[in-house]
Amino acid sequence: MEIELKNIHKSFINQGERVSVLKGINGEAEKGEILTIIGPSGSGKSTILSLCNLLQTPDDGELYVGGKEIRDWDVRQLRRYVGIAFQSGPMMKGTVLENLSLPMQLQGRTLDNPQTYMNYVGLSEELLNREAKELSGGQRQRLSLARTLVNQPSVLLLDEVTSALDSKAAQEIEALILSINKDHNTTILWVTHDLAQAERVGDQTWFIMDGQLVEAATTKQFFSEPKDQRTKEFLNRSRDKK
Amino acid sequence: MSLLAIILSFIFVILALVLSTAFKLGLGKDIIITCVRATIQLLVVGYILNAVFGFDHPLGIILMLLVMILVAAQNAAKRGRNIPFVFWKIFITISIVEIVTQGFLLGLKIVPATPQYIISISGMIIGNSMIIANLFLNRLQAEIDLRKEEILLVLSLGGSVKQSIFPILKNSIRASLIPTIEGQKTIGLVQLPGMMTGQIIAGADPIQAVKFQLLIVFLIMAAASLTAIILGFLLYPSLFNKEQQLVPNRFLSP
Ligand SMILES: Nc1ncnc2c1ncn2[C@@H]1O[C@H](COP(=O)(O)OP(=O)(O)O)[C@@H](O)[C@H]1O
Ligand SMILES: [Mg+2]
Repeated sequence: MEIELKNIHKSFINQGERVSVLKGINGEAEKGEILTIIGPSGSGKSTILSLCNLLQTPDDGELYVGGKEIRDWDVRQLRRYVGIAFQSGPMMKGTVLENLSLPMQLQGRTLDNPQTYMNYVGLSEELLNREAKELSGGQRQRLSLARTLVNQPSVLLLDEVTSALDSKAAQEIEALILSINKDHNTTILWVTHDLAQAERVGDQTWFIMDGQLVEAATTKQFFSEPKDQRTKEFLNRSRDKK
Repeated sequence: MSLLAIILSFIFVILALVLSTAFKLGLGKDIIITCVRATIQLLVVGYILNAVFGFDHPLGIILMLLVMILVAAQNAAKRGRNIPFVFWKIFITISIVEIVTQGFLLGLKIVPATPQYIISISGMIIGNSMIIANLFLNRLQAEIDLRKEEILLVLSLGGSVKQSIFPILKNSIRASLIPTIEGQKTIGLVQLPGMMTGQIIAGADPIQAVKFQLLIVFLIMAAASLTAIILGFLLYPSLFNKEQQLVPNRFLSP
């Protein structure tokens, strides 16, 4: 198993009160698999992702990445093995090239083939010397993905990466991610609020609610015959909205 | 100045009180408290200085400096109450600044090694360091709140804690030094520096007073830069935990 969560708990102190955000999550994802994660906002989806590359540490339970418990990993190595892309596609001050090379620069190295990465994510090489903060939402997200790929991660965590984009840009990013998965056999944990997308791209799907993994199944089964009452309600409610 | 002169100068306090009452500013109580505090504090300091100068032993001076640094660190540490060891980090910073500056001044015989010089100059250095520490902590908090995403981005790409905070640290250091640098630009044009005024009133040659004031300006620039940089580098590791994560709410009171 590439990713394995065993009885994962996580709580935060919010205004002096302890709030339990994940209440015992058990689940796994195979190498090369696309796992789509859906659920109401505030249910704990982003928290699951941030545990996988140790931006947060679980309070209880074990989390295995590539067969090794995350706390046995060298932190910085783990974070290169498990890349993450955020919804906003955050950029550092500086040019597109500087942002793309950031993972290398952090290791005291230089990026030899920025053009290759630009081409791969469908960005024109002419953008390399532009200010990164000036890019459009879609371009930003492409650059953000390319930057994550520079580390050649085996696992990719995606946190609503298409949510802020118009539907055309969203579709293009979705296609790009699918090709990353194909080309590099990258395991992908993909949080999305777009249920059609979760159904389209997933091999396996999880439904998270109130910090619990309510239902986990192959994506086909999940959407054709959901078992849990809460899953059915969530799917129906979301369909009604459309 | 005679005692009578001091008593007469209370007329100014009464003037302030009358104005506050006439215009219903509601500041009467504050004015009285401030004046009483100032009187007591300065009198106490005056007698202590008298004693230290009379004692004529390095131990007296060292003790006095220690108290000054402790009070300054205590005051500046309020800003970062949740940062582990923040008081000690500020204490160490100000101590280093004090030792380095006095080391130069006394070592190169720029000023005579008398308690009068050491304590008055130290007072300015330590007070200034305290203000810089305060500004720096304030700014660092604001920058971290504003640029948290950048910190997480660098960490998430496998960067070190230092790499993730460095741009923010640099900005906070810069920003906390700007008031000191700006303040020195108009020096003498609007308001004469307090110490220079004091020397001139006490009968010193204005050129002599200016030379001495220049020394202080240069000293304060150096002390301010040293304070911000040392404190920055002592402080940033406490903002992270051993799993190289940014610990939230280090600046807020519990
Ligand atoms: N660093 C944090 N400190 C305090 N509370 C947090 C923190 N991160 C997340 N939370 C809380 O945890 C809950 C789950 O958050 P999150 O995992 O972001 O949900 P989702 O991604 O499903 O919308 C929310 O109620 C959120 O307020
Ligand atoms: Mg989220």
